[in-house]
Amino acid sequence: MAFVTNPLDNHDHGHDHGPAKGWTRWIITTNHKDIGTLYLFFALAMLFVGGSFALTIRSELFQPGLQFVDPEFFNSMTTMHALIMVFGAVMPAFVGFANWMIPMMIGAPDMALPRMNNMSFWVLVFAGILLLSTLFMEGGAPAAGWTLYPPLSIQAAHNIPFVVFSVHLLGVSSIMGSINIIVTILNMRAPGMTLMKMPLFVWTWLITAFLLIFALPVFAAAVTMLLTDAHFGTSFFNAAGGGDPVLYQHLFWFFGHPEVYIIVLPAFGLVSTIVPTFSRKPLFGYTSMVYATGSIAFLSMIVWAHHQFTVGMPLIAELYFIYATCLIAVPTAVKIFNWIATMWQGSITLETPMLFSLGFIFAFTIGGFTGLMLAMAPADFQYHDSYFVVAHFHYTLVVGGTFPVFAAAYYWLPKWTGYMYDEKLAKMHFWLSFMGFNLTFMPQHFLGLAGMPRRIPDYAIQFADFNMMSSIGAFILGFSQLIFVYTIIKCIRGGEPASDEVWEGAQNMGLEWHLPSPPPYHTFETPPDPQLIDRVTTVEVTME
Amino acid sequence: MWSHDSYYVPSKAVWPVVVVAGTTSVLAGLANLINGLSDGKLMLYAGSVFIVVGLTAWFRDQSIESESGKYNKQVDISYRMGMAWFIFSEVMFFAAFFGALFYTRYLAVPWLAGEGGGPGLFTFDFLWDAVATAKDYTSSWPTNGPGQVGGHFEKMEALGLPLANTIILLTSGYTITMAHHALIDDRRKQLKLWMIATISLGILFLICQGYEYHHAYTEMGLTLGAGIYGSTFFMLTGFHGLHVTLGTFMLCMILLRIYRGHFSPDNHFAFEGVAWYWHFVDVVWLLLFVIVYWM
Amino acid sequence: MNTLRQLIAGLILSSLGTVVHADYKLNMPVGVTELSRETYDLHMLVIYICAGIGLIVFGAMFYSIYAFRQSKHPFPNNFHENAKLEILWSIIPFIILIIMVYPATELTIKHYDTKDADMTIKVTGYQWRWRYDYVDEGFGFMSSLTAESNAARQMDSGINPQRVQNYLQDVDYPLVIPVDTKVRFLMTSADVLHAWWVPDFGWKRDAIPGFITDAWAKVDKIGIYRGACAELCGRDHGFMPVVVDVRSKEDYESWLAEKKAVLEEENAKSDRTWSKNELMVKGEDVYLTSCAGCHQPNGEGIKGSFPSIKGSDIATGDLDEHIELVLEGQGMMSGFAESLSPVELAAAITYQRNAFDNDTGDIVQPTTIKDWLDDLGY
Ligand code: HEA
Ligand code: HEA
Ligand code: HEC
Ligand code: CUA
Ligand SMILES: [Cu+2]
Repeated sequence: MAFVTNPLDNHDHGHDHGPAKGWTRWIITTNHKDIGTLYLFFALAMLFVGGSFALTIRSELFQPGLQFVDPEFFNSMTTMHALIMVFGAVMPAFVGFANWMIPMMIGAPDMALPRMNNMSFWVLVFAGILLLSTLFMEGGAPAAGWTLYPPLSIQAAHNIPFVVFSVHLLGVSSIMGSINIIVTILNMRAPGMTLMKMPLFVWTWLITAFLLIFALPVFAAAVTMLLTDAHFGTSFFNAAGGGDPVLYQHLFWFFGHPEVYIIVLPAFGLVSTIVPTFSRKPLFGYTSMVYATGSIAFLSMIVWAHHQFTVGMPLIAELYFIYATCLIAVPTAVKIFNWIATMWQGSITLETPMLFSLGFIFAFTIGGFTGLMLAMAPADFQYHDSYFVVAHFHYTLVVGGTFPVFAAAYYWLPKWTGYMYDEKLAKMHFWLSFMGFNLTFMPQHFLGLAGMPRRIPDYAIQFADFNMMSSIGAFILGFSQLIFVYTIIKCIRGGEPASDEVWEGAQNMGLEWHLPSPPPYHTFETPPDPQLIDRVTTVEVTME
Repeated sequence: MWSHDSYYVPSKAVWPVVVVAGTTSVLAGLANLINGLSDGKLMLYAGSVFIVVGLTAWFRDQSIESESGKYNKQVDISYRMGMAWFIFSEVMFFAAFFGALFYTRYLAVPWLAGEGGGPGLFTFDFLWDAVATAKDYTSSWPTNGPGQVGGHFEKMEALGLPLANTIILLTSGYTITMAHHALIDDRRKQLKLWMIATISLGILFLICQGYEYHHAYTEMGLTLGAGIYGSTFFMLTGFHGLHVTLGTFMLCMILLRIYRGHFSPDNHFAFEGVAWYWHFVDVVWLLLFVIVYWM
Repeated sequence: MNTLRQLIAGLILSSLGTVVHADYKLNMPVGVTELSRETYDLHMLVIYICAGIGLIVFGAMFYSIYAFRQSKHPFPNNFHENAKLEILWSIIPFIILIIMVYPATELTIKHYDTKDADMTIKVTGYQWRWRYDYVDEGFGFMSSLTAESNAARQMDSGINPQRVQNYLQDVDYPLVIPVDTKVRFLMTSADVLHAWWVPDFGWKRDAIPGFITDAWAKVDKIGIYRGACAELCGRDHGFMPVVVDVRSKEDYESWLAEKKAVLEEENAKSDRTWSKNELMVKGEDVYLTSCAGCHQPNGEGIKGSFPSIKGSDIATGDLDEHIELVLEGQGMMSGFAESLSPVELAAAITYQRNAFDNDTGDIVQPTTIKDWLDDLGY
C-alpha cells in the first residue's frame, strides 16, 4: 500500500478533511464517495418508483378489458415509467459508479470539480421532483410517451412547462456530471496512468460523457420548441405555419439514439471489468475494446432516423439509415466476442457479479439481434410500434441498465462497506431476476409479431395468454428486487469482513483493490506509486 | 496528469444546493405563470433571491481561494477544460436550432408546397390546394406556411441594424482581446478601459437588438408567431441575445474583480473563461448574420 | 371463473416456456400481398442468420463456463490478444450484414413504388377513428370502433370481453377494396400523429397532420383483415382499429353502387325538416360515436383536457357560436364540417343543446347547416 505511507505527504490545510457531522453531511458534501453513494441510493429509489409504474402497466395488461386505470392514466404511467427509469434510475446509477470508482481507478484524490459534482446531483433530485409533481396536477402527468411527440404532447393541459423545465434540469445535471468526468479523466490521472492503461470502465465513461454533452443540449432545444409551440405561438411542429411534426422526431432521436448507447456503454465497461476478474485472466483485446467503444459512439450519432422508418422519409434517407444502423453490429460483435475470448481457457467461478454479467451478455445479444431485425426498414414496417420493439428495448435497456449495475454493486459492495454481502441471497436475486426478466419480455416478442401495438391499455383476445405470462414475470422480476435491497442493507450493517483484495486475484485487476476495505474518506491524496500502476494495468496476470 | 504536490480538494459547500433550490423554484414559478396561475410569481421571486445569494457567495469563496493562491496549475487546467466543454454543449444547443431552420427551410416547406418526393409527394394537392390561405402556396423563404400563420409580415433585412450589430460585436471581440493583452502585460489602466469598452459594446448591441425587435413587432408584423420564419428568427436571435446578456453580466463581474485588484498576469482564468464565452457568442452571431439574416 | 382458467393456462404456458400451440400466434403473419410475403421472407432470413450466430456465440459461452470452471481448469491461460482473430471476427459480421442488407434494399425500393396505382384511397386519422375517402369516386366515410366493443371496454362495464366478437378489432364501417387491384393509400391526419397498420398487408405508415405519406397494397385474397392504429394518439389510441374488407371486383362494384345510393338518400334527407325528437335520437347516436370519445358519454368531459358540454357556456349560449365551433373546430378539437353530414351535424348540435340538463330548447335543422357550409366555402 505504497500510497498510504507516501513520504510526499504535504497536506494542504485549506483542505477538506473528514465528513461533516450529522445529516447535513449529505447535502454539503463535495466528496466523490459521498456523492457516488447519493447517486446510487437515488437511483435505487427511482428504480422502485419507475418499477411500480411498470407494475401498474402490467397489472392493467394482466387480462383484456379495463380493470384498474383510466386509459389516459395508463399512458401517463407508460410515459413516466420510461422517463423515471431512464433518467432517474439507470443513468444516475452509472454516474454513481463513475463517482465512486473513477478517482480510485485512476489514482486521483477526488473528482476534478467537486462543488459542481455536488450541484449536479442536487439538480437531478430537484428535476425528479419537478417531473413527479406532474402526477398530482390537474390534467395529469405527461401521457404522450417518453418520446413526447407533438402534436399529442402539446395537447396536454398543465404539465408541459413542468416536463420541459424538468428535462432542462436533467440536461444540466448530466452535462455538469459529464464535464466533471471528462475533466477528471483527462486531467487527474496519477503519473504513469496513461490513457491506454486506464480500466475499460473509465474509457467507456470518457466516451459516454462526450456523447452526453453532444446529445443532451439537442434534447433541451427540442423540448424548448415544444414549449414555445404550445404556449408562445411558434410553428416549429405545425404544418400550417411551415413547420413539421417530424422535425421534432429528428431532433428527439438525434438525442435519443445516442442516449441508449449512453446507457449501455458504461454497462459494457462494467462487464469488461468484472468478466476478467472471475475468469482470472486479463481482458482479451483491450485495444480493440477501446476502439470498438469509440466506433459505437461515433456510429450512434449518425443512425437516429431508424426510429422513424415509417414516417415516409425519402427513399435515399431510408436506405442510408438502414446501412448506418447495421454497421453498429460490427463493433458490438467485437465486444461480445472479446468477452467470450476472455473467458476462454480462464479459470471461471460464478459469484453473483459474474452471474449478472453473464446474464447481461446472454440477454443483450438477443436484444442486439432483434435490434438488427428492426434495422431492416421493410421489416420494421411490421415491427414498428408493436410489442416487438418493447421486447427489443427491454432486452437491451433493462438488461443493459440494471444487470451490470447489480453486478457492479455486488462486485464493489465488499470494498465499499468492508463486509461481504450474503452470497446466497444475492444468487437468489440473480436467478429470480433472470427468470422473471425472460418470462416478462420473451413473450412480448411474440405479441408484437402477432400484431399487438405498444402503448395500449387494453387488447384483443388473442393476445391474452402471453400478456398474462408477461405480467406474472414482471411481478417476479419486480419483487425479487426487494431481495437486492435487503442484501444491501444487510451488507452495510455488517457481516463477514472483506479483505482488501476481496476477490481472488483481484489485486491484478485494478488500483482500487489495493485500498483498504472500506477505503478511507479520502484516497490518493498523494499519487500512487507508478510501479503499482504498472503492476495492476499490465496485461500479464500472474497466478500462482 | 497530476504530477506535482497534491491537488486542491475544496472544502464542503452549501451554495450549490442553494443555487439549485433557487433555480428549481424559479422554473416551477415560471411554469405556473405559463399555466396562468399567479402564485408562480412568489416562487419566481423567492427563487431568484436564492440564486443571487447562492451564486454571489459561491463566486466569492471561489475568488478568495483563487486569490490566496490555492489553485495550482492543475486546478487551472481543470477549469479550462470545464469551460471548453461547457461551450461545446452550448454549440450543440444552437446547432439544434440551426438544424430546425435548415430542416424546415430546405425540406418541410418545399414538401408542403408539393415539391420533391417523400412525405410531400401529394401534400399540396391533397391537403392545401383546397385551403383558401394556401391556394397559390409555393416554396419560398421567408414564409409563414400554407396557413399563413400570424398574418402578413416582412423579412428582416440584413443590411442596416443587423450589419451594424455585426460590426459592434466584432469590435467587442477585438476590445476584449486588447483587454487580455493589457492584463498579461500588467497594464491595469488600459485593462479597465478596454473592459469598459467591451461592456459598452455589449450593451449597445442589446439596445440595437431591442430596437430591432420593437420595430419587427410594431411595424413589420414579424412576431414569434409569424409562422416558421418568425419562430426560427426569434428563437435563434433571442437565445443569442440571452447569451449576450449573460456574457455582458459576466464581463461586469470580471470588471468588478479587476477594480478589487484581482487577477495577475499569470493567474486569471476567470477572465479568460469569460473571454472565451464572449468569442463564442461572437461566432454564433456571425453564423446568424449569414444564415438567418442574409441567406 | 374464466379469469381463473386463464390464469392457470397462463401459468402452465409460462412453465413450459415458449409452447407452440395452434391458438397462439408466435410469428409474423405471412399476409396476403406480395409485399407482405417478401417482408416475411426477409424477417425469416434475418431470424435464421441470428439464430445461427447465436448458436455459435452462446455455444462458446456455455462451453467456457463449463469447461473452464475453476474446479476443472484451475490455471488460467494468459493470452489476451490476437490481431488476426480480432480482424477476422470484425470482417465476418460485416459480410453477413451485406447478405441481409441486399434483400432489404430491394424490398424497401418496392415498398416505395406507389406509381401506377389502379385506385387511390385517402386515409385520415382522427382522435380516435379513421376516415376513408375514395378519391376517384368523390365520397368518403368515417370508421369507428363498434358500439359493442366500445361498451365492453369501459371500466367496470360488467361485460366480459371474451364474449364480444372481435373485441376491439371491429368497426362500424370497414374500408372496402377490390381484390387484385393496386391500391395507393395516402395517409394524413386531422389532429395528432396516427399510424395505419394492417399486418396482413405487410406494413404500417404514419399519418402526419399537414402532410401526406403514401404506401400501397395489392391484395390477392378475398377476406377481412384487421389491424390497429400504431402510433400513440391519446387516451383512446388502443381503441381505433382498422378493418379492411377485401371483396371480389364484382362485389366491390355493387357495394360501391349501394353506398352511393345511400349517400344520395342521406343528401335528400338533409333537405327536409326534422322534428326535435328525430334529431335527438339521431343526435345521441352521433354524439356517442363522434363526440363522446372526448366529451364523455355523460357530457362532463375530462377536467383539464376536454371541456364539459353539460352547462357549457357555448352549448347553452349563442347558437351561431356553437355551430361555428363544431364546423370549424377550435384548439385541439378539429372541425367536423367535412367528416359529418349536415344531418349528423344538426343532430349532434341539437342533442348537445338539449341533453345533459342543457335544455335550451333550440333545434338546428340540416338545411341551416347546409347554408353554413356554403357560406364557409365547403
Ligand atoms: C441500451 C439500449 C439499446 C441498445 C444497445 C440498442 C441496440 C440496437 N438497437 Fe435499439 N432501441 C432501444 C434501445 C437500445 N437499442 C430503445 C429504447 C428503442 C425504442 C425507443 C422507443 O421507441 O421508445 C430502440 C429501438 C430500436 C429501433 C427502432 C424500432 C422501431 O421503433 O421501429 C431500431 C431500428 O433499427 C433499433 C436498432 C438497434 C440496433 C441495430 C442495435 C445494435 O446496437 C445492436 C448490436 C448488437 C448485436 C447485433 C448483437 C451482438 C452481435 C453479435 C453477436 C455479432 C454478430 C451479429 C451479426 C452480424 C448479426 N432499436
Ligand atoms: C432503463 C429503462 C427501463 C427499465 C429498467 C424498465 C423496466 C421495466 N419495464 Fe419498461 N420501458 C422503458 C424503459 C425501461 N423499462 C421505456 C423507455 C419504455 C417505453 C415507454 C414509451 O412507450 O413511451 C418502456 C415501456 C414499458 C412497457 C410498455 C408500455 C406500453 O407500451 O404501454 C412495459 C409493459 O410491459 C414495460 C414493463 C417494464 C417492466 C415490467 C420492467 C421491470 O424491469 C421493472 C422491474 C420492477 C421493479 C424494479 C419494481 C420493484 C417494485 C416493487 C417490488 C413494488 C414495491 C414498491 C415499493 C416498495 C415502492 N415497460
Ligand atoms: C378530439 C377530441 C374531441 C372530439 C372528438 C370532440 N371535441 Fe369538442 N372539444 C374538444 C376540445 C379540446 C375542446 C376545447 C377547445 C378549445 O376551446 O380550445 C372542445 C370544445 C367543444 C365545445 C365548446 C365547449 C366549451 O364550453 O368550451 C363544444 C360545444 C364542442 N366541443 C362540441 C363538440 C361536438 C358537437 C363534437 C362531436 C361532433 C365534439 N365536440 C367532438 C375536443 C373534442
Ligand atoms: Cu390513432 Cu393511435
Ligand atoms: Cu436507436
